[in-house]
Amino acid sequence: MTIETTGKVYKSFFEEKGGKKGIFAWIFSTDHKRIGLLYFYSIITFFVTGATLGLLMKLELIAPGETIVKAQTYNSLFTVHGVIMIFLVVIPGIPAVFGNFLLPLQIGAEDVAFPRLNLFSWWIYVAGAVLVLLSLFTGTGAPDTGWTFYAPYSFKTSTNMLPAVLGAFILGFSSILTGLNFIVTIHRMRAPGMTWFRMPLFPWTLYGTGWIQLLATPVIGITLLMVVGERLFNIGFFDPALGGDPILYQHLFWIYSHPAVYIMILPAMGVISEIIPTFARKTIFGYKAIVLSTLAIAFVGYFVWGHHMFTSGMSGTALFTFSILTFLVAIPSAIKVFNWVSTLHKGSIYPSLPFFWAISFIFVFMIGGLSGLVLGSLATDVHVHDTHFVVAHFHYIVFGGTGFAFFAAIHYWFPKIYGRMYNMTIGKIGWIIVFLGFNTLYGPMFYLGIKGMPRRYFDYLKEYTDFNVISSVGAMILITGMVIVIVNLIYAGFKGEKAVANPWGGSTLEWTVPSPPPLENFEKIPEVTTGPYTYS
Amino acid sequence: MSQEKTHIIPYKTYVYVLLVLLCLTFISVAVTSIELGTLTVTVALVLASIKSFLVLSYFMHLRFDQKIYAIMVTGILLIIIIVILITFLDYYYR
Ligand SMILES: [Cu+2]
Repeated sequence: MTIETTGKVYKSFFEEKGGKKGIFAWIFSTDHKRIGLLYFYSIITFFVTGATLGLLMKLELIAPGETIVKAQTYNSLFTVHGVIMIFLVVIPGIPAVFGNFLLPLQIGAEDVAFPRLNLFSWWIYVAGAVLVLLSLFTGTGAPDTGWTFYAPYSFKTSTNMLPAVLGAFILGFSSILTGLNFIVTIHRMRAPGMTWFRMPLFPWTLYGTGWIQLLATPVIGITLLMVVGERLFNIGFFDPALGGDPILYQHLFWIYSHPAVYIMILPAMGVISEIIPTFARKTIFGYKAIVLSTLAIAFVGYFVWGHHMFTSGMSGTALFTFSILTFLVAIPSAIKVFNWVSTLHKGSIYPSLPFFWAISFIFVFMIGGLSGLVLGSLATDVHVHDTHFVVAHFHYIVFGGTGFAFFAAIHYWFPKIYGRMYNMTIGKIGWIIVFLGFNTLYGPMFYLGIKGMPRRYFDYLKEYTDFNVISSVGAMILITGMVIVIVNLIYAGFKGEKAVANPWGGSTLEWTVPSPPPLENFEKIPEVTTGPYTYS
Repeated sequence: MSQEKTHIIPYKTYVYVLLVLLCLTFISVAVTSIELGTLTVTVALVLASIKSFLVLSYFMHLRFDQKIYAIMVTGILLIIIIVILITFLDYYYR
């Protein structure tokens, strides 16, 4: 039994085990909250694994020449780091964890539309993850193509590609099913009175994301199968010797993988759109503009994939079309940033840890976004393509954007999920160390890239030493901060103070239920009469 | 939600649609014997789109269902068409 702060006694979803015992109450549960947490624990595990591989790379690069690993091992390190971080951590990331946990709570529903399909998605995710990890320890050595599996190397290399490619293929289904589930849930299960434009912004971004997951993921599925076909049967889709076209692979790969960037970043933007009004004690500025920009990003995001291929040998017409479209997609992203800042203007800001994570998201996301413009214009891209500049750019977007939003989200909803509060001081120390470490790690890479240091090499000229040392020290600072943040949360999960139902004064529906929520979320499905961010 | 009225399509319609589909399949195979140059892909795609349109509207009942589904499918097709067009900006002008 859990006693609510109002003194009422109820059973939380942690206590309702659905007649199952121990771990089975988790891995066979169809409760969206338990599934969200299953994803959470899996993703954190993979995140720690991927981060360790990243640290090993930075240790290799701390001095020129061979430092701790050989060239081939380094190739495998960046490949596996990329595959784990992209396919197992960042793409499922926020939707699978916080989308699952909070979507039904925020729209006033008991669960998602297809709870069993939801559990099935997690199982598919685990199956795909096992296959990917299997490729590391079996066969002829870990994959060394980079996470993009570019043809023709991906079907020429002698390393163990098949399990990795098939694993990524299977993971795609998990993503498709989650997207489908969310779309139907949002169409069908909103509480009475919750019109489309009374829906909070996080569900809106999940809706946009859901469509991308549903429509773009099959493209990567087919593409990966084509690679499998090339490897096993020499069909010749991508092999020039057989009349194929290696650039076709790049087209197909990025037709998915650019929209995938929006699978990563849209929910992150949704999280920030929830946190900013709560801590500014003010309704969000330009609600409809944010909604429309979400849909615009989801739509235009399909048509910009070619900016990853500016130096691949596409036609000139294609080059400038992709460049123009890429600049267009920057507009809706900027709209969001301006709206967040305008929301803060004249707000009664209550600075607390989730808010710090959110504003540091805006800061690093801006750097990531603006450096994207350098890559989006044809002339400058030729100079920095495949250099450390690109590495810096996408880590600012993917880690600084999605990663920071993930930590913002966990600090924001932690009291709701676990009914406990973490140590605020230690959390803030962890946050500032992560923030400083992050910028020390990735900031110098911009400079290194402009100076011409290529990515994906285990060695470099000694002219690049200084900034590589700074960057590697940054990696250690960042890891230290991460350890503090994660340990603080784990400790709080077991020993933290009891949290009240609404510790931040949030105005969306999830704060109206007790913490942790009961199994069926709402005692009675609420009737909605106002927009999501009403502060009087 | 207004209860959807069940719409029963006579078997005859299904048979006609099936025949048209078979015809189109035959044409799309036959057409490969004619040298069309860069238009080959266009012809194949046009034929395939007519076929999927028929399948969607009759076998998958899009013609008789709520408008919202037709709108969604149209939106998706629009995305696919733009993606293909942009891809060919590369191949056609290379
Ligand atoms: Cu992109």
